[in-house]
Amino acid sequence: MFSDFTEIVILSLQVSGIALLFSTLIGVPVGAIIGLTRFFGRRLVAAILYTGMGFPPVVIGLFVYILLSRSGPLGALTFPFIPDLFTPGAMILAQTIISFPLVAGFTMAAVMGVNPNLRTQMLSLGATKRQAALTVLTEARLGVIVAIAAGFGSIISEVGAVMLVGGNIEGRTRVLTTAIVLETRKGNFDLALLLGVVLLLLTFFANLIMLRLQGTVFDE
Amino acid sequence: MNKETIYQLQNVTKRYGHRQVLNIESLEVFQGEILGVVGPSGAGKSTLLRIFNFLEQPTSGLIKFQRERYEPGREMPLKVRRKVTTVFQRPMLLDRNVFDNVEYGLRLQGRRNGNQRVQRSLEQVGLSEFARQRACTLSGGEAQRVALARAMVLQPQVLLLDEPTANLDPHNVGLIEEIIKTLNHEQSVTLVLVTHNVFQARRLADRVVFILEGQVVEVAQVDQFFEAPQDARTKAFVNGEMVY
Repeated sequence: MFSDFTEIVILSLQVSGIALLFSTLIGVPVGAIIGLTRFFGRRLVAAILYTGMGFPPVVIGLFVYILLSRSGPLGALTFPFIPDLFTPGAMILAQTIISFPLVAGFTMAAVMGVNPNLRTQMLSLGATKRQAALTVLTEARLGVIVAIAAGFGSIISEVGAVMLVGGNIEGRTRVLTTAIVLETRKGNFDLALLLGVVLLLLTFFANLIMLRLQGTVFDE
Repeated sequence: MNKETIYQLQNVTKRYGHRQVLNIESLEVFQGEILGVVGPSGAGKSTLLRIFNFLEQPTSGLIKFQRERYEPGREMPLKVRRKVTTVFQRPMLLDRNVFDNVEYGLRLQGRRNGNQRVQRSLEQVGLSEFARQRACTLSGGEAQRVALARAMVLQPQVLLLDEPTANLDPHNVGLIEEIIKTLNHEQSVTLVLVTHNVFQARRLADRVVFILEGQVVEVAQVDQFFEAPQDARTKAFVNGEMVY
């Protein structure tokens, strides 16, 4: 019982943690580029990102399910980086897609909130364009951390997509949210509540860490 | 005065869409001088400064900086760009302490062990005791002095000043003017000072250029500019009359 419980908690953190890492590695640079550069169709790209922020996770789960199913476009391929359905890899893919627009969208907004004169002044101090962009990103760190926190919040508590692509298989793809659904259906409300409290605590501590990363802004 | 030319502008224009903001047939800046750039708002003074700092390319024409050519479609090499820096009217300081703000340019340029230089720059602007204070807690005058220190620490060959004392109280204006004079006299830094304030131009500049609607109306030695201006519009501007 306890080992099952620990396994579920660890898998939840692994799946959401890796998905958050991917969405951060892709989403923060993408958001920064959209926020800092002017190109044709920029407004349209921003509108697509904002739409993605409100996309129902279960629909993304369905999309990934179709994509990875045997008859789907990726299902027949056997590349090592294309995960199989009903594996943690498929859950990570779905959660990465769910959190990416949030991370990229909030990062874009944070970067656009920094006074554009800062970038000019950094260039004037001898910064390369890349250094100037990184400086702006650093100054927008409060918003970037919020972007990552929002991305994490959207996937750690998400149930529809992981249920669809993971299948809630005991010992393989069962995570906290799918376990809560299962235990509630079985009438094990005590266990479901306990899992719920653990999920809340995990989210709380993850956000505490992110607040710590935001620096001393809350001490002022 | 050393008359070696550091900037030479030839038929330089700058357009934003259909609007032409700069059209300079000829202008030179000499090594080691303080060139005052005066003119009403929207005359193109700040655009000229941005071109001097290679932050914007001209639409047409040629700028020679030392031996380098800066013209449309050509990026200035980073090594050359780093010889010039600007102090802006509204300094944007980083959300860090004063020391880190002054040191930042050195870090960007990959120069290490700059602690002593940072300390010296802070001493020069009279802010040594503020080193560990957060930049966001500074007054406008202090922030402008930090901006001056972070530019000075880079030891640029050319320092561009865009209305550096606008909106500051007389005490801070005096301090900043003293720093500008010291930089020019003791370190031979070439300075281009954009200002609305003709009195300030008279106090600081060796030569003054009057720009109106993007064009050079007159450029002359400071005494001649204020006491015997050649152009009627310069005379009117110097006398505080409305010039369009």
